Amino acid sequence: MENLLAIVISAVLINNVILTKFLGLCSFFGISSRIRNSVMMGLAVIFVMTCSSMLTWVIYYYFLAPFHVEYIRIVVFILVIATFVQLVEMIIRKFLPDIYRAFGIYLPLITVNCAILGVTLINVDVEGYSFVASTVNALATGVGYLLAIILMAGIRTRLELYEQPKTFKGLPLAFIIAALLALAFQGFSGMGS
Amino acid sequence: MRIYEFTKGILKKNPVFFLAIGLCPVLAITTRVENAIGMAAAFTFVLLGSNLMISALRKFIPRDVRIPTFIVIISSFVTVVEFLLHGFSQDIYRALGIFLPLITVNCIVLGRAEAFASKNSLKNTLLDSAGMSVGFTFSILVISAIRELFGTGKIVVFGYQVVPTVLSQPATGMILPVGAFLVMGLLLAIFRKLGVM
Repeated sequence: MENLLAIVISAVLINNVILTKFLGLCSFFGISSRIRNSVMMGLAVIFVMTCSSMLTWVIYYYFLAPFHVEYIRIVVFILVIATFVQLVEMIIRKFLPDIYRAFGIYLPLITVNCAILGVTLINVDVEGYSFVASTVNALATGVGYLLAIILMAGIRTRLELYEQPKTFKGLPLAFIIAALLALAFQGFSGMGS
Repeated sequence: MRIYEFTKGILKKNPVFFLAIGLCPVLAITTRVENAIGMAAAFTFVLLGSNLMISALRKFIPRDVRIPTFIVIISSFVTVVEFLLHGFSQDIYRALGIFLPLITVNCIVLGRAEAFASKNSLKNTLLDSAGMSVGFTFSILVISAIRELFGTGKIVVFGYQVVPTVLSQPATGMILPVGAFLVMGLLLAIFRKLGVM
């Protein structure tokens, strides 16, 4: 139990998926200009991440490992994730057309969101988590993604009200904000011990 | 065949600085120049190999399943490069860690496959991929050089000290995540000011 709590705190705050591990940056900078879109994107990431992490764990330990073909994990994992994204896309297009239009290109891009493949690979490759632990890790990583992208969207929305230097307007300023957020999250690194 | 297909990737449409895609490895492994070189080599191999293959097969890939097909081709090349690095260069393999398999989902590779390789001839694809690789290598080297220089006070590449120790008290923040975002933001602003991009 204590172990799971440590995983959650580590994934959400100490090793935040965006600000410390640099995963999923494209969507982070691309879609974080509006809070509503960011929330939806974050929720979609949480859903896809948790489901695909559970699936890939089962596939890795019950189908790949017994036959010693762990090396094809990249191909298998990315196909599982792509299928899931397709599913999410179909559901959103059917029931929430407004949000579907708002997402534009970024929904298909979840497939190539490094955060998703990254977490599934970290679960089996780097950490070697159990099924429960890897599911919790994926969920908490998704929450960390949601937290970071909402913070970013909030700051960017407010900044639009002020006059920005022309050279920094838009993307450069977004990177500077991300740097300050990363600096703030660096403060959590002491929590590990 | 136009030389523009090659040169556009280096400055005008630089995938990292201009399009701001494929950022994950750019920011994550640029703490040292030698990691950046390893990443650039692996990336170039995957981009050239997969895009040439996609271009060669473009008439045989059904439109509806093109994205999954691209992904399978790309991830196969990544598996190959993973084997090669694991076999021949353990240090770089360990340093790149999770970001080596993550070349699969690098937006640049899939983006070029979808936007260029699937529609153009083999020759143009070769030029385009080579240009994008040079552009990627250029940006990743610039960022890693700045970060290593300010973060450690010197630049050491494969055991050779390229730049002598210039800072006795380096700013460690530059090799932390903060430095990555900061350098990237400042570089983008500088490029915009100079009107390069």
